[in-house]
Amino acid sequence: MSEVEVREIAWNTRDFPEAAKDLLENSQTRRNVRHATNVIQGKRNKVAAELPDWEDLREAGSEVRAHALRHLDYYLTQFEEKCTKAGGHVHWASDAAEANRIILGLVQKHEAKEVIKIKTMTSEEVGLNAHLEKNGVRPIETDLAELIIQLGKDRPSHFVAPALHVNRQQVRAMFQREMNLPDLGEEPEDLATAARSYLREKFLRVKVAVSGGNFLIADTGGLCILESEGNGRMCLTLPDVLISIVGIEKVIPSFRDLEIFLQTVPRSATGERMNPYNSVWTGVHPGDGPKEFHVVLLDNGRSPILADKEASQTLKCVRCAACLNACPVYHQTGGHAYESVYAGPIGAILTPQLNSMEQGRSLPYASSLCGACYEVCPVKINIPEVLIHLRGKVVREDQATLGGKLGLWNIGMQAAAFLFKDSDRLAMAERVGRVGQKVFVSKNGFIEALPLMLSGWTQTRDLKAMPAQSFREWWAKERGATKGNAAKDNNG
Amino acid sequence: MRISLFITCYNDALFPETGKAVVKVLERLGHEIEFRPEQTCCGQMHWNTGYLREAVPIIRHFVKVYQGAETVVVPSSSCVAMMRDHYVKAAEMDGDAKLVADVEALLPRVYEFSEFLVRGLGVEDVGASYPHKVTYHASCHSMRSLHLGDIPIRLLKKVRGLALQPIQDIQECCGFGGTFAIKNADVSSAMLADKVRNVLNTGAEVCTAVDNSCLMHLYGSLHRQRTFVKTAHLAEILASGYGEAVGA
Repeated sequence: MSEVEVREIAWNTRDFPEAAKDLLENSQTRRNVRHATNVIQGKRNKVAAELPDWEDLREAGSEVRAHALRHLDYYLTQFEEKCTKAGGHVHWASDAAEANRIILGLVQKHEAKEVIKIKTMTSEEVGLNAHLEKNGVRPIETDLAELIIQLGKDRPSHFVAPALHVNRQQVRAMFQREMNLPDLGEEPEDLATAARSYLREKFLRVKVAVSGGNFLIADTGGLCILESEGNGRMCLTLPDVLISIVGIEKVIPSFRDLEIFLQTVPRSATGERMNPYNSVWTGVHPGDGPKEFHVVLLDNGRSPILADKEASQTLKCVRCAACLNACPVYHQTGGHAYESVYAGPIGAILTPQLNSMEQGRSLPYASSLCGACYEVCPVKINIPEVLIHLRGKVVREDQATLGGKLGLWNIGMQAAAFLFKDSDRLAMAERVGRVGQKVFVSKNGFIEALPLMLSGWTQTRDLKAMPAQSFREWWAKERGATKGNAAKDNNG
Repeated sequence: MRISLFITCYNDALFPETGKAVVKVLERLGHEIEFRPEQTCCGQMHWNTGYLREAVPIIRHFVKVYQGAETVVVPSSSCVAMMRDHYVKAAEMDGDAKLVADVEALLPRVYEFSEFLVRGLGVEDVGASYPHKVTYHASCHSMRSLHLGDIPIRLLKKVRGLALQPIQDIQECCGFGGTFAIKNADVSSAMLADKVRNVLNTGAEVCTAVDNSCLMHLYGSLHRQRTFVKTAHLAEILASGYGEAVGA
């Protein structure tokens, strides 16, 4: 196999509508995404319905996560203290560069040229692989989906199933090429066997592992990882050194809180009643597991989110990706349209915030606000509410610029707001609209083409012309009510 | 009961027949309808597009117009969802304690049309007759914000002659989403294509819903494709064929 090439991850280079337009052209990817999300969503709905206290578990999960975030300083300090006491080393990284520097430093201290990795989106977030590669260290992904992404020089499109956009024929072709297995079959067993033999030798040889973490447990100083393949268990136990990079928001107060999340997270994430592998480890133990254990606690834009009262619930996220599988927008485009490590509805609120609203400004608009995400979220993040809040920020920032102020959207919205403040103005606008629309109305009584941004509507949809009489005009004519009567009658 | 109709801005201008149907159904049930001509809009378009400050005066206007109303009925679930989900927050954002109090006092008296019939009046059979194959589109706000459940279905099942055709993937959004349909026209169109396929697969002649916004979106495509399927607001179906029903 050829050495993995250095690749720069350039996220957020395009706006969502533009990236989505490209992805909509990719029929194969769309079919893969549709199939995979349907399967997971179907399983999720079935196993969530099995629990009579599902809604209570969601509420409890939400409360625990919100409580931990309100007292984050306390619980992180407690975690650090307990973890250190158990023989672990805790590092604090304020941004991606610092996290990368710490991890590379640890790898170099042990003179390692390779590291094995468990799927971690936090490492994707900081661009760890590229940083290691640039410095002569080869990261080897051991999660099957992440291996597929790595070998395919691709990007994850889903943070539980990163290769959800690829089907097994495509995986087979890639394995045939990259693992030099021309006769490889396309059955799941064939592919899993190929990956297993490819990885097994690396588990036994490589001395340093990098993981993420589902939960930091404050009262024990432990870490918890839920996984399906057992590659995680290998990475957590075989190497001499284990480095875990975890976002600061992932802390839960107590080991007992896992009772909630070990019920809700697997059901939400993969539609399983429990994950095949649930690992919890605390510090180091002589003769068992890694000899050295490091946790890198990553901020990278999280603290400012905490300070935003309306949006801090974003950080309750446990990365189950249920919102992606439920999202009708994600169903159409898959994850790459979001141009972010974090795709789907949660990505649409997390990404712009992690980037201080400088990147991903189109993402809060990448939703029809249908609410399917909120409905499935096991920690009850009201994603539509946060989307609207972030849209508000985008609009205010836009209005602060001359271009934004004079933009068509702003002018249109200001004009509409002016009309909606007074019914006489609105009634007048309706009359003007009925005359004005005549330029656009076809013989069949429908508008089939509109100019400027409204052309977005008519590219695939007709619009019925405004009828000759509005409801208020009909009422005034038929029922003869004059302005002010209703209020007067009511008082009388 | 004296019922105040909030027609909503887009129904006023684009779907007056829906308003007439609401009046007909409620009057037939023996209620007095009033229409306060000062009414305009609920503020949803501004709020959902991120023009939060601009939405507040519209909300204030709404609250002022309906302050003394006994009951307000709205033939649009998304407008009611706007009120229930966001009005208090908007008033708080504006720092207007009186508006917060006024909103909290008014909202319990505001109902979506089908919700009012079943939960407010306890009526399921309004005596309508509509001999057509109909499929019901469950709008997102009616399901996930108002939690209407099977209320519209129950009303439709009591309509004489109506053959209800179940639709696949009823929980999926039609892709309208207000300005989403314009800002993300391509994704919106892709979502709409799926929904329209499901509507056509039912074999229904008419697709109904409690929101004309979704129906405007759906019909936009049904008409563009020159299908024979029409759309009609639930109120228009419930207002149909009284003559036969009375005689029956």
